[in-house]
Amino acid sequence: MAGVSPDTIKTEVQKLEGEVPELIMKDLQQNLTQISKDKAISREQLEKAIDAVKNAYQRATVEAGEAVGTVAAQSIGEPGTQMTLRTFHYAGVAELNVTLGLPRLIEILDARKTLSTALMVIYLKEKYSKSREKAREFAQKIEMTTVEDLALQTETDLINLIFIVTLDRTKVQRLGLTPKIIASSIANGLDLEVGIDGYKLRIKSENESMTELRRNATKVKSHLLLGVKGITRVLVKIEGTEYVVYTEGSNLADILNMPEVDQDRTVTNDIYEIEQTLGIEAARNAIINEAIKTLEEQGLDVDVRHIMLVSDMMTASGSIRQIGRHGISGEKASVLARASFETTTKHIFEACMHGESDRLSGIIENVIAGQPIPLGTGTVELVMKGGAKGGGK
Amino acid sequence: MRIAKMIDRIDFGLMSSDDIRKMSVTKIVTADTYDEDGYPIEGGLMDLRLGVIDPGLRCRTCGAGARDCPGHFGHIEIARPVVNIGYVEDIYDCLRATCRSRTCGRILLSDEKATNIRKEIESQKKEGGRWWEISKKAIRDASAVETCPHCKEKKIKIKFEKPTSFNEGKNRLTPSDVRERLEKIPNDDLLLMGIDPLVARPEWMVLTVVPVPPVTVRPSITIESGVRSEDDMTHKLVDVIRINQRLADNIESGAPHLIVEDLWELLQYHVTTYIDNAVSGVPPARHRSGRVLRTIAQRLRGKEGRFRGNLSGKRVDFSARTVVSPDPNISINEIGLTEYVAKTLTVPVRVTEHNLEDLRNFVRRGPDAYPGANYLMSPDGKRYDLRYADREELANNLEVGYRLERHLKDGDIVLFNRQPSLHRMSIMAHEVKVLPGKTFRLNLSVCPPYNADFDGDEMNVHVPQTEEAQAEARILMKVQEQILSPRFGGPIIGGIQDHITGAYLLTKRDTKLSRDDAQQLLASARMFKDLPKPAGKEDGEEYWTGKQIYSMLFPKDLNLRFKAKICENCASCKKEDCEIDAYVSIKDGELVTGVIDARAMKALDRCEILDRIIKDYGTTAAKDYLDNATKLSIASAMKFGFTTGIDDEDIPTEAIDRINEAIDDAKEKVKKLIEVYNAGELEPLPGRSLHETLEMRIMGVLAESRDTAGSIAEKYLGLTNHAVVMARTGARGSMLNLTQMAACVGQQSVRGERISRGYKGRTLPHFKAGDLGADARGFISSSYKGGLKPLEFFFHAMGGREGLVDTAVRTAQSGYLQRRLINALQDLRVEYDGTVRDDRGYIVQFVYGEDNVDPSRSEGGKSVNVKKILSQIVGD
Repeated sequence: MAGVSPDTIKTEVQKLEGEVPELIMKDLQQNLTQISKDKAISREQLEKAIDAVKNAYQRATVEAGEAVGTVAAQSIGEPGTQMTLRTFHYAGVAELNVTLGLPRLIEILDARKTLSTALMVIYLKEKYSKSREKAREFAQKIEMTTVEDLALQTETDLINLIFIVTLDRTKVQRLGLTPKIIASSIANGLDLEVGIDGYKLRIKSENESMTELRRNATKVKSHLLLGVKGITRVLVKIEGTEYVVYTEGSNLADILNMPEVDQDRTVTNDIYEIEQTLGIEAARNAIINEAIKTLEEQGLDVDVRHIMLVSDMMTASGSIRQIGRHGISGEKASVLARASFETTTKHIFEACMHGESDRLSGIIENVIAGQPIPLGTGTVELVMKGGAKGGGK
Repeated sequence: MRIAKMIDRIDFGLMSSDDIRKMSVTKIVTADTYDEDGYPIEGGLMDLRLGVIDPGLRCRTCGAGARDCPGHFGHIEIARPVVNIGYVEDIYDCLRATCRSRTCGRILLSDEKATNIRKEIESQKKEGGRWWEISKKAIRDASAVETCPHCKEKKIKIKFEKPTSFNEGKNRLTPSDVRERLEKIPNDDLLLMGIDPLVARPEWMVLTVVPVPPVTVRPSITIESGVRSEDDMTHKLVDVIRINQRLADNIESGAPHLIVEDLWELLQYHVTTYIDNAVSGVPPARHRSGRVLRTIAQRLRGKEGRFRGNLSGKRVDFSARTVVSPDPNISINEIGLTEYVAKTLTVPVRVTEHNLEDLRNFVRRGPDAYPGANYLMSPDGKRYDLRYADREELANNLEVGYRLERHLKDGDIVLFNRQPSLHRMSIMAHEVKVLPGKTFRLNLSVCPPYNADFDGDEMNVHVPQTEEAQAEARILMKVQEQILSPRFGGPIIGGIQDHITGAYLLTKRDTKLSRDDAQQLLASARMFKDLPKPAGKEDGEEYWTGKQIYSMLFPKDLNLRFKAKICENCASCKKEDCEIDAYVSIKDGELVTGVIDARAMKALDRCEILDRIIKDYGTTAAKDYLDNATKLSIASAMKFGFTTGIDDEDIPTEAIDRINEAIDDAKEKVKKLIEVYNAGELEPLPGRSLHETLEMRIMGVLAESRDTAGSIAEKYLGLTNHAVVMARTGARGSMLNLTQMAACVGQQSVRGERISRGYKGRTLPHFKAGDLGADARGFISSSYKGGLKPLEFFFHAMGGREGLVDTAVRTAQSGYLQRRLINALQDLRVEYDGTVRDDRGYIVQFVYGEDNVDPSRSEGGKSVNVKKILSQIVGD
């Protein structure tokens, strides 16, 4: 008996469209085609298989009213007790320190704007990624160099109200700079008068005041001469056949604009930056990826769906909201829900002034009122007609 | 459930002075509470019109006794207005954003601008949005305006001085002045200042009347000696009345301005601390003993406050708590309760014609004989305490329609809980089994979800009281329904420790059992089935393999293949021909090859067999399998004998010599590294300082030496060693634990580095300053069994301390994270249309998890296991 042809398999499987996720359909089709190569699959078997897959999917779907939020929160929170607190070396890149474990997870969910260890992995276009030299060159180009990095010594002359920077000759030369270039960069960038005396720069302040001098001193010290702002350290690593640039510090917008960079693969672990440059959907994915990475690295098995839900909750409003008082919890509709979380009295005082009303649509509000909560079996409301047939008194 | 009243909505708003007077039943004028006879003084803070707390007295407002009177508000008329501390910031906003002119009082924005903002606010308000965020901006804009656009009055900058004073230029604004100004603001402008004129007026934020809460809110307590002790709130109210009286008297007698001002200020202080006794800049009011008073805000705030302590979490009846201990003989679905608990906790049962006779006997036995009953309720609502009633008579008169609160008995459903309740498996439903003893008994397999052990853990039991609650508990919360964790879709309930070793010992290749032994094992697993055909004959005796016996637990059509935990991950798997029998193959319910170990049945570790059974045969089959498998494992462990002790870590002297050699080698290498470093010839790693490089290299060398020591020791520790059996099968402990005991403990670390702190340049005075050698920085070359040297012991304590601190900090941090996560996500649910929405109905996900699949019903995260289905239908 000849089995069904791959084409029949395809058309039959296609009939599942809309009833079963695409991935499962693809999986089914591939497996069936694979088997049909060695073994004849009868029409009957094919139909049975398709039916079985359909049923299996139906059985696996969530029920209405399921408290998916609480389950997600528990699934992420519970393993938190098993995570480490320490910062470890990054697997693969021994040279960079990366925040991992519970602190990193908290950082992600807090939607912090400044990370304790921002990090980028920059992939290069093929032209540059194959040669060690070109990758190195690029790395050097983006590494941030400030006046302070090149200074041997800085001093403030309080009598003449002048800030003096003594440059390190070797460092300056290695970077192909001259005092003149540096001086003009400071002069143009900060609009200050710079006098050159060999490798000594004398920077005058306009208004001859102490505070002005001090302010200018810090400005000059952190003045960017070379590289990309924020990128404090750069490492070139070989990964397979290509060279990849790892950086400490992150500046996605500027890096993506560089011609050498492969924009499709380059990543940063700064979620806020991703939101700024690539938008909220990218940020949503970044939260998912970072959270999964953190949990997996600790050897914890958490279903993606939970992480997705947290990430969607954080980004559903169109901007990133943190898990906590200054984000989701602080913007809840219910006064009682907010009051029972943190800053109780503040929320009550404000609610009175704004004339808010609590519709008791959430969970804690109903717990507070001693009523059934609108979740699970509490979702259902039955309406029964009284009268002759209806029974009820 | 019958709910007498449902709250649909709670509206918030401010009260005007008139509202407070209207609500009040009496004006409070006297600062005293009780007279000499202990009778409440009229017009005092314990006035009988405010409600009663002493039994025997009757409320003069509602006429009810102490039990039924809910209490009634009173009020204090204060001689001068004071600011409500909760609203000072908002008062400040109103003052600086409005015109100071007595005739104007408008917001300092042009009509056009104001109308625009008002429109925006009103549309936001209609949608139920956070309209006051717009007001915040309006206030900021208005307070920057210098002249009033309406009356051209010049503005004088108002300064707010914490906590309660306002100054306009150099003039102080008294609360009376403030109130006067606030009264001027027209209703139309209030929305722009974040105030809803429908429920609030800004001048109501300046109090002229202080409401006095009912005595039921601030009950006084009588201690044994007969001395009355008043509530903190009463104390504070006494203060308010006293100062108010003095202020009134002084004003009356025309006292100097300065004195009146001071008293006014004092009144402000007392009213402030009465509302909130933890305002920054205000010294907290104290009790005579120096204790800080707990006033209104303190009662609401914090973990033990009204909200988190009494409203979000409530105390309950029908609960019990005691120490837990293990019982391998009860089912995972069961819980062992003591008779005492079963007699104290009751379930209400309705008397019907079917159970009438049965329940009569329960009534007759009463509260002391088990199983009896504690209370009986007649259909007309009368409640009989069976301790004192004539039980025989009640039993004879028992009729359909009565309700009997009978003792718990076997088969009843109860909820079992262990704190911290980190996930839903921390509360599960169990069936009661009354057992002798004084502890709660639970099956060992349910330890992982509760995270329980038996070193003194206590757990709680709750008894659902309505049929509806009991049914929900049985169907949704029973242990067997919770075997699969929603966190990763695998079993969280399964075998632990001896269950694994027992199963391993039984299913090992060379296990042969005589008929007697095989029957004995089956009987202890409560499997009264016929033995299969014997596997063969040895010395004329029939024998059975352990695999045959274990296979009897499986459903007849179970097919499964996976690698066991003991698998050494060879480059190419020999599958069924594996030398160490690590390839598990189950064909048609028959364990053909492979051993049962952690991979097959350990909770939280794949648990392949249970996983398959529960997904293909349902929860009841899974429960039966687990109950029987664990019993069989324990019986096997007992039959074959299994013990471990310190001699399991014995290794021959030649091994110790080799280990010492390896460690000495490493120390030598470290020395050389240090020499190279000191000579400045060390090549730094990219992006690392010289010192960091050295440390990393040393740590690498020493870690390697520990591993070498370990692998030397491992060679002498074979699978005949019980400690090794436990480690390799995944039952308990790891090879690392063993090598630390037998060979070498290794490097101790603090903050991920070798130990470096203590003295200047050295860790202990026993070393030279600057010594970077292995011993000087906390490398322990001894083994636990051999014993640590004094210095090593000290380093070990340092490393150990860090571990303890780490755990303590982590529990606090992750606990808070969990609280925040729960709070942020708890309102989400899947709707009937498949979307995930929050309580406002906002859609968070259009399809849950992008494929609408429940993780606890998924197959390792995937919704459908296509391969499995196909192999069932098409065969492989």
